Amino acid sequence: MSSSIQKSTAWRQKRRLLIDNIARHGIGVGGLSVILAIVLIFFYLLWVVLPIFSAAEVETAESYQMPSVSLGETVMILPEESGSLAMRLTKSGKAVFFKQDDGSVVKTTELELPGNEQIVAAQLLGLQENWLALQTGEDQIFFIRVSYRVSFKEDQRVLTPEIYYPFLDSYLSFDDAIKDYSATLDEENLSLSVMTQDHAIKLYRFEVEEDEELTEAEIVTEVEVKSSVDSMLMDAQSLWLYLADKNGEISVFDISDLEAPELVSQTKILPPEEELSELKLLIGGSSLLAADKHGDFSQWSLQRDTSNNYSLARVRGFKHEHPIIHIQTEFRRKGVLMLDDQGNLLIYHTTADNLIAEHELLKTQSVHFALSARANRLIVEDDQQQISVTKIKNEHPELSWNALWGEVVYEGYTESDYIWQSSSADNDFEPKFSLMPLAFGTLKAAFYAMLFATPIAIMGAIYTAYFMSPGMRGWVKPGIEIMEALPTVILGFLAGLWLAPVVENNLLGIISILLILPPGILLSAVIWQRLPKQIHYRIPDGWQAALLMPVVALLVWFAVSVGPHLELFLFNGSLQSWMEAEFGIGYDQRNSLVVGIAMGMAVIPTIFSITEDAIFSVPKYLTQGSLALGATPWQTLTRVVLLTASPGIFSAVMIGLGRAVGETMIVLMATGNTAVMDFSIFEGMRTLSANVAVELPESEIDSSHYRILFLAALVLFIVTFFFNTAAEIVRQRLRKQYGSL
Amino acid sequence: MIENIKTWWKTGTPLIWLNAGAVSVSLLLVLGILGMIMVKGMGHFWVSDIHELHYDDPNSPVVVGELIETAEIPALLFKEVEGKDIPENVDVIQRVLVKQGNREQGADFKWVYAHKITSKEVPEDLIKLERLEWGNFYGYLKNVKDDGKVVATGDQAWGQINQRFERVLELREKLEDLEKDEISSINYGLERLRLKKRELELEKEDTPENLKRIADEESAFNKKYQVLIQELNGLRAEISRDSADFNSANGATVNIPLKLIVSILKPNEMNVFDKIGHYILNFYNFIFDDPREANTEGGVFPAIFGTVMMVILMSIIVTPFGVIAAIYLREYARQGPVIRLIRIAVNNLAGVPSIVYGVFGLGFFVYFLGGNIDQLFYPEALPAPTFGTPGLIWASLTLALLTVPVVIVSTEEGLSRIPRNLREGSLALGATKIETLWRVVLPMTSPAIMTGLILAIARAAGEVAPLMLVGVVKLAPELPMDDNFPFLHMERKFMHLGFHIFDVGFQSPNVEAARPLVYATAFLLVLVIILLNLSAIMLRNRLREKFKALDV
Repeated sequence: MSSSIQKSTAWRQKRRLLIDNIARHGIGVGGLSVILAIVLIFFYLLWVVLPIFSAAEVETAESYQMPSVSLGETVMILPEESGSLAMRLTKSGKAVFFKQDDGSVVKTTELELPGNEQIVAAQLLGLQENWLALQTGEDQIFFIRVSYRVSFKEDQRVLTPEIYYPFLDSYLSFDDAIKDYSATLDEENLSLSVMTQDHAIKLYRFEVEEDEELTEAEIVTEVEVKSSVDSMLMDAQSLWLYLADKNGEISVFDISDLEAPELVSQTKILPPEEELSELKLLIGGSSLLAADKHGDFSQWSLQRDTSNNYSLARVRGFKHEHPIIHIQTEFRRKGVLMLDDQGNLLIYHTTADNLIAEHELLKTQSVHFALSARANRLIVEDDQQQISVTKIKNEHPELSWNALWGEVVYEGYTESDYIWQSSSADNDFEPKFSLMPLAFGTLKAAFYAMLFATPIAIMGAIYTAYFMSPGMRGWVKPGIEIMEALPTVILGFLAGLWLAPVVENNLLGIISILLILPPGILLSAVIWQRLPKQIHYRIPDGWQAALLMPVVALLVWFAVSVGPHLELFLFNGSLQSWMEAEFGIGYDQRNSLVVGIAMGMAVIPTIFSITEDAIFSVPKYLTQGSLALGATPWQTLTRVVLLTASPGIFSAVMIGLGRAVGETMIVLMATGNTAVMDFSIFEGMRTLSANVAVELPESEIDSSHYRILFLAALVLFIVTFFFNTAAEIVRQRLRKQYGSL
Repeated sequence: MIENIKTWWKTGTPLIWLNAGAVSVSLLLVLGILGMIMVKGMGHFWVSDIHELHYDDPNSPVVVGELIETAEIPALLFKEVEGKDIPENVDVIQRVLVKQGNREQGADFKWVYAHKITSKEVPEDLIKLERLEWGNFYGYLKNVKDDGKVVATGDQAWGQINQRFERVLELREKLEDLEKDEISSINYGLERLRLKKRELELEKEDTPENLKRIADEESAFNKKYQVLIQELNGLRAEISRDSADFNSANGATVNIPLKLIVSILKPNEMNVFDKIGHYILNFYNFIFDDPREANTEGGVFPAIFGTVMMVILMSIIVTPFGVIAAIYLREYARQGPVIRLIRIAVNNLAGVPSIVYGVFGLGFFVYFLGGNIDQLFYPEALPAPTFGTPGLIWASLTLALLTVPVVIVSTEEGLSRIPRNLREGSLALGATKIETLWRVVLPMTSPAIMTGLILAIARAAGEVAPLMLVGVVKLAPELPMDDNFPFLHMERKFMHLGFHIFDVGFQSPNVEAARPLVYATAFLLVLVIILLNLSAIMLRNRLREKFKALDV
């Protein structure tokens, strides 16, 4: 009997210890994992952001003998987008389709060329993929389209290349030999410009019908040019025609009205005695990329001045030690790939002004140089008839320290500027990813909010902690603290829908509140002092705040109702239009003043509460000692209490600042969310946080834009964490100080 | 006198007064905001009189509507806008904003200049219609029609229209039941069958018998659907039977089918008690109705439901984790610089902007976790995401992460307040550490845990910025909980009161019309959050009182 009891107690004992052990480990694991989860936020953000700063990777994957060498020289190599196939077009008019991985031929098609001519040159139609304009013989232009039909065989993707002759019947034949030509295609029109040996340029525009047939040329215009001009570029929208000679003299024609081309600018982009080695158009068609024979590379952009005159201006460039002989622009970004005469590959991004990679690509001379549409594969044919395929991993070329935080000259702008303009309709648009206007807006909003909140909160806290009667303090403190719990969406909504129109209609009234409140309060203090003693005795000390409430309300009402009359009298009815006329100060309805007040209200309780705690916890014997030595309460406050509490007040301001910097809904609703860099209190702003809230849902995952928004979040995280940590350290030091007292 | 003021200044009294002024300003700000939200929010439900203004303007000689607000503008501005001279030598002109409804005939709000109003009436038989489309209608009842034929005019019309409107309401209820419950559950079932079929295909088990089973079920659903559609069409025909003609202020006669009407009132005829009755009814409808007309009319029930669901889910997640982390930090971890650092970090995380949590939630929870869950468990629905898209569960998780520091800090504070001798007493009596924690310490800490949880809920309920990224939508077609298996749909998107305020106030096509509703929503949200905070404060005070006794 007793042994069984012993047994059961021993068993129970064991069980209890086991449970204790399990709990110990369980809580350890649980607690640590919660803490890890919190730390994970930082590292996850960092993990998403880091690829922005990683360098491009270039790696030559395959190298093999040119496929079907016997079919003759190459005119052009055209990679297929997904990277599995590529086409080699030969002079003899054969299209050899081969696998990029090993060079094995998949299919060879003989083109149905008009006459028995050879192909002399081939061009992609602008940046339209897979549409080619071929020059056959001396004087003919001919169009083909290369297409890949996708089918699935045993769950494998199979591409079948096909060649179409969309405009078979309408090849163009010229009286003179062709010197250079350029063609572009958009949804409706095919534009073609051809320069012939007799120094004339003919411009054509054809309408493309739905069945891909061309109509008769709608417009044909002829322009005489100088005999020295030897190359020609036309942008994808066929708005501009650029003519260049060897020495870098560039003429720009506005051909938006094809019937009346207009010479808008003539610029020599090279120093005397220098020669062009390569000239290309950047995607978007408003920038030229030029390389000379001594390794100078430069970007030239068409700029319009205030009187609508165009000129080509050098935007940026760099000097390379070897001459650049090939320039290949990317098809979807403002990136450029270049090859110098030593066989080095340079990868550059114009907006970011960032030489992303330099890679020794070839030991021999390259003959053909083709980039896939996704800009991730480069196919090069060298003079030994070897083909090499290079893989490029270059996800975020447009991001560099300078692009994010520096001043950049964007296309079409005459001066460098900080601009945030992330959304775009198409690839031609140059994304503008400067975080400066957003960071500026964030600080501006925080500054005005703190300007409004700090004095009120700290003064209020001083009074509440030091002068207010305990009975009133018991109500006032939670009363103000409850505002901290007020959802910011409500403050933002009131600011945007109620306060902003009120301020707009009553600007002078609102400003004059600031001016009449302090003297009004002092005046009422004087009056109170002069009131008979009986009334003084009725209301004990420490209730001034309650007494002042009707006074403040009255003053506010007075200012607001007098404001319009004053405005009428002083400023002819509207302060805003007066400011605009006299000083050129613009006025937004949702401006920094409104944000300052609304966000100030969100920050007041934070600062108030911490400051109040700091002042209230100053040891009583310090103040009593000071008072006993004959100091007035005010002297005690300024020389003893505030000094002792100053670290606490500092930490309150830091925490308030942290809150103002990260606040989202108020700025989202109470500002116009335009990313301007203007410190005026009457203009709006766009903050980092509001920007993230607006743009992240629309942003494509893992794109540059997505990562920049994560960067914005990371910046907010670090900044607020820094403010809070500084505040916390100060507070801990304060605690230590009290310990020694 | 000047000497007097100088010495007075030296005593510091005026500066004390200035500081007192700062308190007054802060208090007035708090009271002003709360008061304004309360007045404007509660005012939304009051049935106000409809005024008929005779107006000195040939374009609109009569303006009928509710008076919304009065404002003053400088006379000069009036001159600029209207291009007319001011009657007398005045600086400021009064103008009144009239909600004249009848949106199909033009703007539903109109500013009316007070000095041009020749006379003002409150006719008893003016009618206010709330409609499903085009907002309110104000006008006089002309006649009631049955299938296009006039059945009542004049005095009888009012009785007739009320009688027929009763019938429409009954029919509408039936229709809603049919559409919302039965047909939507059939659609849900069909969608599940489609996914099942795709799943079978993916797993290469699409044998004829399996496919046939699905086809059978499908045809059963379709058969049911046909029956319901018949019934639905019948009801639709019936509800379209009645209509009524109304005369509006500009003299036009408008025929409005009764099926488009939400309520018919003669506000000018109602006495105070009627109005109080309708006030309560309106408030009830606001809480329990679905929104209408791009959220600018109707109720906010889905938003309340979504907010509550999210907060409950969040509480379920945050409480155990927060408490365990706090217990670990306070009771198990070796106190030292590392733990102090962690404590500071946890403290500071409460100050990290909420939008940062939203960004993390979208990237990590939605795209990373959700995307992987979809790959593993819901391949049949791909490429349409199931969990790989913002939704209720991710919103709750994100907010749990956002509020876990609050719970940790509060629980730690509670744990640190438990006197040492209680623990030692328990341990001395032979209890293990976990037994001491579970039986002695935790029960005494429970008010602190509750306080933390309530503060967390109050913060979560008012937070909007992160939710915009991880799951809130302006209009969710389905609630996250319904009677279709598995009842709780955590992957669905949901509506939220705070976001509702943002969306209706700032992104709705007719902000002026939506404004009262926004105030009402804001009032509801503020009320909930303040109540939660007050209860937290009271709990905290109770806790302090309780342990004051223990300390002695």
